Amino acid sequence: MHWLIDPLRDPFMQTALAAATLMGLASATLGVYVVLRRMAFIGDALSHTILPGVVIAYLNHWNLTVGALVAGLLTALGIGWFSRRQTLREDTAIGILFTGMFALGLLLISTTGSFRDFTHILFGSILGVTRSDLGLMAAVTGLVLAVLWLFDKELELTSFDPTHAEAIGLRADWLRYGLLGLLALTVVIGVQVAGVVLTSALLITPAATASLLTNRLPRMMALSAAVALLSAVAGLYTSYYFDVSLGASIVLACTLCFGAAWAARSLSGRRGG
Amino acid sequence: MSEVILPYSRHNHADPVSGAPALAVRIERALYPGTAEPALRDITLTVPVGTRVALVGPNGAGKSTLLKASAGLLPVQSGTIRLYGRPVGDCRHRVAYLPQRSDLDWRFPADVRRLVMTGRYVHLGWLRRPSRQDWALVDQTMDALGIAHLAARQIGELSGGQQQRALLARALAQEADLLLLDEPLNAVDADTRAVIARVLSDLRQAGKTVVAATHDLGRLETDFDGALYLCEGSEVAAPPGSFTGLRLGQERPESEHSH
Repeated sequence: MHWLIDPLRDPFMQTALAAATLMGLASATLGVYVVLRRMAFIGDALSHTILPGVVIAYLNHWNLTVGALVAGLLTALGIGWFSRRQTLREDTAIGILFTGMFALGLLLISTTGSFRDFTHILFGSILGVTRSDLGLMAAVTGLVLAVLWLFDKELELTSFDPTHAEAIGLRADWLRYGLLGLLALTVVIGVQVAGVVLTSALLITPAATASLLTNRLPRMMALSAAVALLSAVAGLYTSYYFDVSLGASIVLACTLCFGAAWAARSLSGRRGG
Repeated sequence: MSEVILPYSRHNHADPVSGAPALAVRIERALYPGTAEPALRDITLTVPVGTRVALVGPNGAGKSTLLKASAGLLPVQSGTIRLYGRPVGDCRHRVAYLPQRSDLDWRFPADVRRLVMTGRYVHLGWLRRPSRQDWALVDQTMDALGIAHLAARQIGELSGGQQQRALLARALAQEADLLLLDEPLNAVDADTRAVIARVLSDLRQAGKTVVAATHDLGRLETDFDGALYLCEGSEVAAPPGSFTGLRLGQERPESEHSH
């Protein structure tokens, strides 16, 4: 059993495990709505657009997390605004916004002459997570779970029947902005675990896995969280023993879970209950 | 009467103006956001409390659009809509809207009982959970429409007729006084047709007001008290020999135009 316990004696690994757990809970539960409301592309876009925020904060010696937060929330607002207008198709508008912002981030990085300081933003660096980072992660995770619990009936209704929601005076827009805001917060903490490039996988893959296994919403969220936590632990051990990228290990573990669920569903030939 | 109405909250309605009709429409122009061509023009309709009125016309005539505007789902650029003498939005709990089935995402992981329960949400508002009475009413309504045995099914597993009954159950569970029904009989099986016809006559017994879009001309006389004929977004005269019933107020007082 030493191989299981040894890594946990390492304080860096303890912090990493706590961070991955918090991130997994937030992204996996929120991810269920991302998948059901077909916002996967938005999740990917949000994680990429926070890059210029981080770089600008770095260049001005501001707090990087605050830079990421500001960029994420501005993007969430921008996406909400674009999708209300409908002069452009939503996915086109998001595609333009997100590649443009990401390019701005890369351009700003290239002015610093070195990409080395930013590899942890691009690819994640969970071992560099500090105690105060953990506090922020816990706050975001708590907020996500609280909102999903308190507004469950409104989130559910606006997801499958926005017309009825509007007819009873419940503005679907408000819920959408709320979800985008939560998504921005979650992505900001996700970037510390998996980096800009892979964060959307944490939102999408566990939730998509769960959606193959059940068609009950609460069970879907619980399963999604279970997949994320299992993948976080498996990724941590893989990374510890084989000295490979942690973010990539976690994402690949999620992908394997998805593959297993897909195979199980295909073999049984029916959607579970 | 400076009471503030906050939609989807505990202060979500005002009392009806006494003597006012359930629905009074005077539309000069209404259009979908982002389009130039009006979807509705020059429509006058008065639906007295306790009557059943059919909106009749071919596809694209504006029946659904008129119902949407009455439910507050479409802004009216020029003209007014009054529900119980009040502007749209002042008494949402009193008005139930039955959408077309294509308006919902049926693949969403919700069961039938939950879908019917969403009819109670207008009375609940933020943060309040359904009470035992709410659930009892939902179960009772599903039973009356013959879908109680489907309660735990995911909504996408139902047939078209069963989906239509579930949506009607939701509209009934709202305990509204005015029901706006968009093609309730569209593409449903004979059993569902019979169930819905029974519900319509029960609603009449209960003194409820019904406005329904339909293109089934055969049952107008038995199921409805009056009919409004529409074509290309405008009111048209009833075809010769067809049912008209109640006078719904086509003659427009010239002095009351509002711009």
